[in-house]
Amino acid sequence: MVYKPSIGERVFNVFNILFMAVMIFICLYPFWYCVTCSLSKNIVGNTASLMLLPKGFSLAAYKKVLADPLILTGYKVTIFTVVVATVLNLIFTTLAAFLLTRRDFALRNFITWTMLITLYFSGGMIPTYIVYTQFLGLENSLLALILPGLISVYNTIVMRTNFEGIPRSLEESVKVDGGNDMHVLWHIIVPLSKAVISVMVLFYGVSHWNAWFNALLYIRDRDKIPLQLALRAILIQEQVNTGEGAVDSMGIAENIKFATIIVATLPILCVYPFIQKYFVKGVMIGAVKG
Amino acid sequence: MKEQSINSNKKLGLGARIGDELRRNFVLYLMAIPVLAYFVLFCYLPMFGIVIAFQDFNLAKGVFGSPWAGMYGFENFYRFFTGKLFWPVIKNTLLISFYEILFSFPAPIIFALMLNEIKNLKYKKIVQTVTYLPHFISMVVICSMIIRFLDEDGIITSFISLFTGTRKNYMIEPGAFRTIFIGSGIWQGVGWSSIIYISALSSIDQELYEAAVIDGAGKWKQVVHITIPGIASTIIILFIMRMGQVLSVGYEKIILLQNSYTKSVSRVISSYVYERGLGEGNDVSFSSAVGILQSLVNIIFLTVTNTISKKVTDSGLF
Repeated sequence: MVYKPSIGERVFNVFNILFMAVMIFICLYPFWYCVTCSLSKNIVGNTASLMLLPKGFSLAAYKKVLADPLILTGYKVTIFTVVVATVLNLIFTTLAAFLLTRRDFALRNFITWTMLITLYFSGGMIPTYIVYTQFLGLENSLLALILPGLISVYNTIVMRTNFEGIPRSLEESVKVDGGNDMHVLWHIIVPLSKAVISVMVLFYGVSHWNAWFNALLYIRDRDKIPLQLALRAILIQEQVNTGEGAVDSMGIAENIKFATIIVATLPILCVYPFIQKYFVKGVMIGAVKG
Repeated sequence: MKEQSINSNKKLGLGARIGDELRRNFVLYLMAIPVLAYFVLFCYLPMFGIVIAFQDFNLAKGVFGSPWAGMYGFENFYRFFTGKLFWPVIKNTLLISFYEILFSFPAPIIFALMLNEIKNLKYKKIVQTVTYLPHFISMVVICSMIIRFLDEDGIITSFISLFTGTRKNYMIEPGAFRTIFIGSGIWQGVGWSSIIYISALSSIDQELYEAAVIDGAGKWKQVVHITIPGIASTIIILFIMRMGQVLSVGYEKIILLQNSYTKSVSRVISSYVYERGLGEGNDVSFSSAVGILQSLVNIIFLTVTNTISKKVTDSGLF
């Protein structure tokens, strides 16, 4: 059956293609703009023109940024938290998701409800802060960046859905050989769930890389400040001072701010093209189920 | 005793059955310990922390030693209701929330519908990949870019000045705050939030479209009669969930974007909770009370929307 589009449709199609091109531009250009500004020699303030290439070329801004102790400790703290927290996230989430697939386990429903309730009820920011600092001793501890959010209920559901797709007959063979549930998890479920586990690594990893608010609440020492909170101090709080009247921005300072943005975002921008298909996969699994 | 007698008609007694279950699923119980310990310590324990909202909490005396607040414990709530920031905070929160529901909520739906009409799959894939990107950039970086781009010589300011002829720092304009907050929110989220609609769109039966073409329906009619009804249940579920967050405007972004000039329009309930409790003030009891009110109103909105939706459309979240 040959479908003949009307004139209105064809006009729409052209408009639609152009509109999507504009979307591509406004999602990519801001980052490219930061790159060009950070590499430019002497821009006084931001320039008015659309910059497609840097004006002049200088790495001076990057040298300054990479020598900044706040950025360096920030990088160290963030890499440490991302690695440790993501590993713990994976272990705990896998355990939780696995428990939810055990149909003959008496606590299965209890655990399900324990998790679901936390989606709708929480202590709220301040009571949580008081309990974490007064009873759990998280004040000024890197554990405050690692332990809260150890198991994301949403991610657990995504993982459980995936585990349930694995044929039961496979684990029967382990049980026949006298293996227990730990063997099932380790020798059957985990090796067959590499895709969903990499989705989890990415979900959790990116969220730890980008996190800053818990650090604002709990961290006091300068040498425990993660990258994102350091960025806030450099990029945003400084800006508030500018907003209050002082004109601070000389060309080089402006470059440094853009270079800081790039230094903090580059890891994500670099891995993004390779990992985005996994992200989408992860959300799709959740979307179908949820 | 009573339980025993209820179960006595079964083969084994309760004790024996528990013993059997423990032996059989011993490994699972071991696995459940860390999982439950996490939820108890980090999610449920803080829920008991809300008692401080009914206290005159004092760090030195702690949760167990602090005296109860006046007015049968409700003094902190009363102080919020009668405080001079009550109405401004409520108004700011509701306005931002209202505009978000009006603009940010439908944006990904429209975007998904438009993307669905792109026939070149490779182009479609590129558009998707690129529009998801802002979702993965940290809020701190996004906000610092917004601040850079909108200050007096920022690139967006320069673009606007082509039309208006004047330049100003939009970040210190109270009148511009909501537009900036909501506009940038759409930019960050439109691609990523559209995924769920795109997946709903892909599950619509393609034969429906073929039948519609045979019946002579144009594209517009197909969209109205097939596509939109096909994703309506997804839209409703997400709308109910959105209504359950009416008073929860994202505080991270508010705190990052606001400054002393724009506080009069940007101070929303959640940022006020932070500001009074930990930021500038130290009134943890007061801000806990405000936090409780926020959750209460959210739950009421969630339930009411769900009830209405069930009556009108027959589908609901619970």
